Amino acid sequence: MVGETRKVQAPGIANPSAVSLEDATVAFPLEDGRVYSAVEKVRLNVQHGEFVAIVGPTGCGKSTLLNVVAGLLKPAGGSVRIFDAPLHGLNRQAGYLFQADALFPWKTALDNVAIGLEIAGVRRAEALERAQNFLRSVGLGTFAGRYPHMLSGGQRKRVGLAQVLIRDPRILLMDEPFGPLDAQTRQIMGDLLLKLWSADRKAVLFVTHDLEEAIALADRVVIMSAGPNSRIIGEWPVPLARPRDILEVRMERDFHVLHREIWSVLKQEVTRGYAQSAQPGAAA
Amino acid sequence: MNRAFLLFLQLLVAIVAIVVWHVLTTVPLFGRILLPPFFFSNPIDVASQIVAWFVSGTIWKHLSITLVESMLAFVIGSLGGVVVGFWFGRQPRVAAVFDPYIKMANALPRVVLAPIFALWLGLGIWSKVALGVTLVFFIVFFNVYQGVREVSATVLDNGRMLGMSERQLTRHVYWPSALSWMFSSLHTSVGFAVVGAVVGEYLGSAAGLGYLIQQAEGIFDVAAVFAGMFVLSAFVILIDLGVTAIERRLLAWRPEGAGTH
Repeated sequence: MVGETRKVQAPGIANPSAVSLEDATVAFPLEDGRVYSAVEKVRLNVQHGEFVAIVGPTGCGKSTLLNVVAGLLKPAGGSVRIFDAPLHGLNRQAGYLFQADALFPWKTALDNVAIGLEIAGVRRAEALERAQNFLRSVGLGTFAGRYPHMLSGGQRKRVGLAQVLIRDPRILLMDEPFGPLDAQTRQIMGDLLLKLWSADRKAVLFVTHDLEEAIALADRVVIMSAGPNSRIIGEWPVPLARPRDILEVRMERDFHVLHREIWSVLKQEVTRGYAQSAQPGAAA
Repeated sequence: MNRAFLLFLQLLVAIVAIVVWHVLTTVPLFGRILLPPFFFSNPIDVASQIVAWFVSGTIWKHLSITLVESMLAFVIGSLGGVVVGFWFGRQPRVAAVFDPYIKMANALPRVVLAPIFALWLGLGIWSKVALGVTLVFFIVFFNVYQGVREVSATVLDNGRMLGMSERQLTRHVYWPSALSWMFSSLHTSVGFAVVGAVVGEYLGSAAGLGYLIQQAEGIFDVAAVFAGMFVLSAFVILIDLGVTAIERRLLAWRPEGAGTH
């Protein structure tokens, strides 16, 4: 049934990809005049409502790819299309949850969440009211008056999530958002993310180095090779049913089968990545 | 250490110092007085001088003059520093052009400017204000400039991704960051405003704490010099307490906001 409806729609017109990278290449000039090619000829499509996780060894250019989709970085070659329109400048359809702390330290949690609405012209009173509701939905209703430094790492990530989601972006970009958190908090945050996401199913591009996290969250797992000239070397659809419970899903047989299959590929890249980053002339 | 005990120890230091001073200047040890009272006065003379000033009320005029000069120097210097620092921070090319001149001006000992200001602005309060401004301006300028440039790249990217225009970035990101740096230097800049005012008075004026000290020195009235110094110190401590209270409010969002003491 699903297959049939897909066939009827002409691809790229009636149901365009949320994100479409065609041979995207990113290169940085080095100080000695040479060029470091971070990402080479990446083809990637994220459908509307699809949750895609990108996994790869450290320094493989996962974040670079995300910055390209966000419009923070211009690719040296190839094209970026967002809902079938070429991307110029910043991606206004995307919300970005950064790996590092990105909250405004001089604003309270409430103001941090409300700011996205305020700059879009929403009246302050209304923005604050909606922000308060969002804080409640991420479980921080009583922390509205706290400044970021008074919150724990996990709480700051919740505020960050609310800050991004309140603008209702059609695409959600996440760069190892739960990286700095401890294992338990990561799982709780993963559950929260899936709960919020299932309400309206935005297109998600989720970068992580944690394969288990990727499988537990995503519809599709994309593996990148070690840099430089990082490429996509494999894609696996995740056959696990939704809604998922992050803790439960890790016990399922399908999870383990898929994990073993992907890990056999990823392991080589991780080893290669470490070997390269250990050499002084790694950029050559 | 609890507060009362700490206060007790702090007072003890003052009492011991005063007692030692008193003994050395009034009681003969080993057949002679170790610190000649002509050069070192003694605590009782100094205290009675201070009391006399406050009883007669003459001190209030000098205190208020110095206070007005310091506050004007602080406000004008800070405004200038914020405006120029912010401008340079946002316009790196302008900053690069003016960089050597800023460094030159800052390296100049401000005392040498005092005669110029006295010539230009007369012996009234404005020549003292000008001297204070040259001190305050650079502290605020460097802090604001740094504050604008040290905005975290991630926070900026976040602002952009949340849809901020350049103007909104200025208002919601650069501005608060620059001001926080300025506020964190409040103690220093207020202190320098007072220094500018007092040094200016000392070098030529008709009123103010600096004038009081300079006049006493002119007639070798060491007790009055010390008395002037003590009044000045108490004045600075009072101002500093005020600054701390303001800082607590303004920098509540900073992890170490109230921790300057």
